Amino acid sequence: MSHNIVRIEALSTENYLIEVEAPHVAERFQAGQFVIIRIHERGERIPLTVADVDPRKRTVTLIFQVVGKTTMELSTLKPGDTLINCVGPLGNPSEIEKFGRVICVGGGTGIACILPVVRALVNAGNEVISIIGARTESLLILEDEIREASTEIYIATDDGSKGHHGFVTEVLKGLLEKYKRQEEVNRVIIIGPPQMMKAAADVTRINKIKTIASLNTIMIDGTGMCGGCRVFLDGEMKLTCIDGPEFDAHKVNFDDVISRLSMFKEKELLAVKHFCKHKQKKAGRQ
Amino acid sequence: MIEIGGTRVPMREQSVEERIKNFRSVPCGYNKEEVMKEAQRCIQCTGAPCEKDCPINMKILEIIREIAFGNFKKAFFIMKEDNPIPAITGRVCPQESQCEGVCPVSKRGNGINIGKLEAFVADWARENGVKEDIHIKERPGKVAVIGSGPAGISCAVDLRRFGYQVTLFEALHKAGGVLQYGIPGFRLPTEIVDYEISYLSEIGVDVKLNFFVGQNIKFNELRRDFDAIFIGTGAGAPLFMDIEGENFKRVYSANEFLIRVNLMKAYKFLEYDTPIVWGDTVGVIGAGNVAMDAARCALRLGSKKVYILYRRTKKEAPAREEEIQHALEEGIILKELVAPKRVLGDKDGWVNRVELFEMKLGEPDKSGRPRPVKIDGSEFIMKLDTFVEALGTKPNRLFLNKASELDVTSWGLIEVNKSLMTNVEGVYAGGDAIRGNATVILALGDGRKAAKYIHERLSKN
Ligand SMILES: Cc1cc2nc3c(=O)[nH]c(=O)nc-3n(C[C@H](O)[C@H](O)[C@H](O)COP(=O)(O)OP(=O)(O)OC[C@H]3O[C@@H](n4cnc5c(N)ncnc54)[C@H](O)[C@@H]3O)c2cc1C
Ligand SMILES: Cc1cc2nc3c(=O)[nH]c(=O)nc-3n(C[C@H](O)[C@H](O)[C@H](O)COP(=O)(O)OP(=O)(O)OC[C@H]3O[C@@H](n4cnc5c(N)ncnc54)[C@H](O)[C@@H]3O)c2cc1C
Ligand code: SF4
Ligand code: SF4
Ligand code: FES
Repeated sequence: MSHNIVRIEALSTENYLIEVEAPHVAERFQAGQFVIIRIHERGERIPLTVADVDPRKRTVTLIFQVVGKTTMELSTLKPGDTLINCVGPLGNPSEIEKFGRVICVGGGTGIACILPVVRALVNAGNEVISIIGARTESLLILEDEIREASTEIYIATDDGSKGHHGFVTEVLKGLLEKYKRQEEVNRVIIIGPPQMMKAAADVTRINKIKTIASLNTIMIDGTGMCGGCRVFLDGEMKLTCIDGPEFDAHKVNFDDVISRLSMFKEKELLAVKHFCKHKQKKAGRQ
Repeated sequence: MIEIGGTRVPMREQSVEERIKNFRSVPCGYNKEEVMKEAQRCIQCTGAPCEKDCPINMKILEIIREIAFGNFKKAFFIMKEDNPIPAITGRVCPQESQCEGVCPVSKRGNGINIGKLEAFVADWARENGVKEDIHIKERPGKVAVIGSGPAGISCAVDLRRFGYQVTLFEALHKAGGVLQYGIPGFRLPTEIVDYEISYLSEIGVDVKLNFFVGQNIKFNELRRDFDAIFIGTGAGAPLFMDIEGENFKRVYSANEFLIRVNLMKAYKFLEYDTPIVWGDTVGVIGAGNVAMDAARCALRLGSKKVYILYRRTKKEAPAREEEIQHALEEGIILKELVAPKRVLGDKDGWVNRVELFEMKLGEPDKSGRPRPVKIDGSEFIMKLDTFVEALGTKPNRLFLNKASELDVTSWGLIEVNKSLMTNVEGVYAGGDAIRGNATVILALGDGRKAAKYIHERLSKN
């Protein structure tokens, strides 16, 4: 079964939004879950978080950052093109309850992944403070959507072009100083680059606030069959695809997560080079 | 001394130097003359022990007689009555301990080459477009089959032939189970698996790929929507040793290694998008078919030294004889009586050594094989840069958690009665999901048997 692309647009120079028909996923999706897509017969299977669904149009919206061959190729597709697979929903839904006050931290493309979680938490009656950040203002995505969904919003950019000059973790630290007593913040959820999640977990560890991180390990099947997505929580092996993707951030060995993400780096660079050369050749012929 | 039957017609194979550079089939297959000559060695003995030791009791004697006379078409039809995927079983069955093992014609290793005869006939039919006429008389009843490995395939085929509406759910983007993602092309070419599977759609089985039952479609939905269910979900979840250092890069489960290579075609990287990384020196833990396959894949990717690290000795190795022999011919080094203690890595997180214990053989264990025993203080370090764990696999806990009404053993195997029915009325199971790591032919047999019982059940109403 192939999946029609109904919309694709650039949200920034490196982030894209793609809306595809996937009735089955649209019908069943819960915040925090992901899909695994494949562009064509020779394609790689890559996991992407579902940012939004439209059950009426039977579509899902995915937001991705161009980091390698597959996401690069994905960004060149047009409405009317198709994805050969879009399997899901996979992974466990986020734990959504009335916790009280929750801080949601989204970094880079992680902002897209946190949006449905923010919405679900607000719907469940929580006060949600969102902190979103990016390297620079032009890479900051979904600000309006997050603002609209959250009770309060803070912004940070590495270069100070918008909001706090610095990292989201610094804003988080500031907020935790404001809400000093432990009960005042009932939960923190962080989604973003693993380095950021590691730093954020270190911040909340001091106050012992329950903190959840959504991990983005390399995956193949997404159903517990390859073991490639394994992570270690206090030394215990877990599979991100079926035990996660959300885990207790204070237990995750982030150094491992970061290290393992670079396992195929050299090969991935080759693939990008190959793809660019191929694209040029094709353009030359036209 | 009379040697009945003479010696086996030798199988032509790709030379070692050539084959370790490609993923094409190692055996070249018999030609017409060779296959007839081999079949003529069969003495058509009374009682045909070969048939009794074939788990699905193929009519081998008759098949071989037809082959001996060159009646390949007839042989093919007889074969297909019992076996929907002979091109596959002929290549991967552990024949030496089944049909061929009991053949009285000559000593071990020289019995009639039944597997290769079977593969020849199936290949011949495929190449000549010979197919059975299929007349399906529709009857009421909808059955869901979960998993498209040999158990699911055979169950779906038989149920469809009985006339039921059959929907087959498969989690991956290609059907075939281990045949597709596990067993490499040099043993079982992908085209052959694809061809055998295309038969499913041809006879009207509705194949739904990309559906993991339990996760993205609920098990109770199936229970609600279908009159019976067959579970052939296999035992595909990898086991890890649970030792220090398994997090290092270039440490793989055999499943990941093989899925990358076979299902995702990482050996054709750049033409295909999925990468794989390996080094010059590879250690594979285990000595089953899976370990042999992983080791031989590593060699073909270009590794210079590939070790099989096994805690017992060659004699106890569970892999098929042909696989071990091929692996050794290709230069894979079998290191006996060792077991890993921990995996070591460099500061950037890449595996670079493994620490091993030396082992000795002790008293026989439950499997009847001598138990491997650690020798205290025998630890030594071995340098390697890729480490693959082929320790066996377990049923997928995701499915079992989501279908928690099923009774399972402590090992996660689904419990069934004599008619392969689970504790849930109308829900049947077979293959690796009830047996653990078994074989293609046992899974296939279970699928057929379950189809028969499902038919009995549904035709009563
Ligand atoms: C559950 C889950 C949800 C995800 N959701 C999203 C999402 O909503 N949007 C999004 O943009 N990305 C998401 N990711 C990450 C996404 O899957 C990867 O970015 C993608 O696989 C990269 O493929 P590629 O071929 O373009 O790049 P590759 O060539 O595979 O990788 C290029 C570089 O990116 C890094 N990388 C590789 N794989 C990953 C990975 N899985 N995560 C992070 N970095 C990686 C590596 O450092 C690598 O060198 C998610 C990952 C998981 C596990
Ligand atoms: C590398 C390797 C080499 C082997 N070599 C040999 C050999 O030479 N000879 C031999 O006889 N045996 C061999 N075996 C063993 C043999 O392949 C298995 O015993 C056999 O495939 C089991 O068949 P099955 O139908 O029970 O399950 P599988 O073949 O495991 O198929 C199960 C299928 O179900 C799917 N699935 C699982 N859960 C779900 C779900 N919830 N929803 C939808 N789909 C699901 C899986 O994706 C898979 O495709 C080998 C195994 C491996 C791994
Ligand atoms: S199915 Fe397997 S065991 Fe049976 S005859 Fe064929 S090769 Fe032998
Ligand atoms: S046991 Fe051997 S000789 Fe006897 S019928 Fe079977 S194949 Fe022929
Ligand atoms: S992606 Fe294969 S086990 Fe998680």
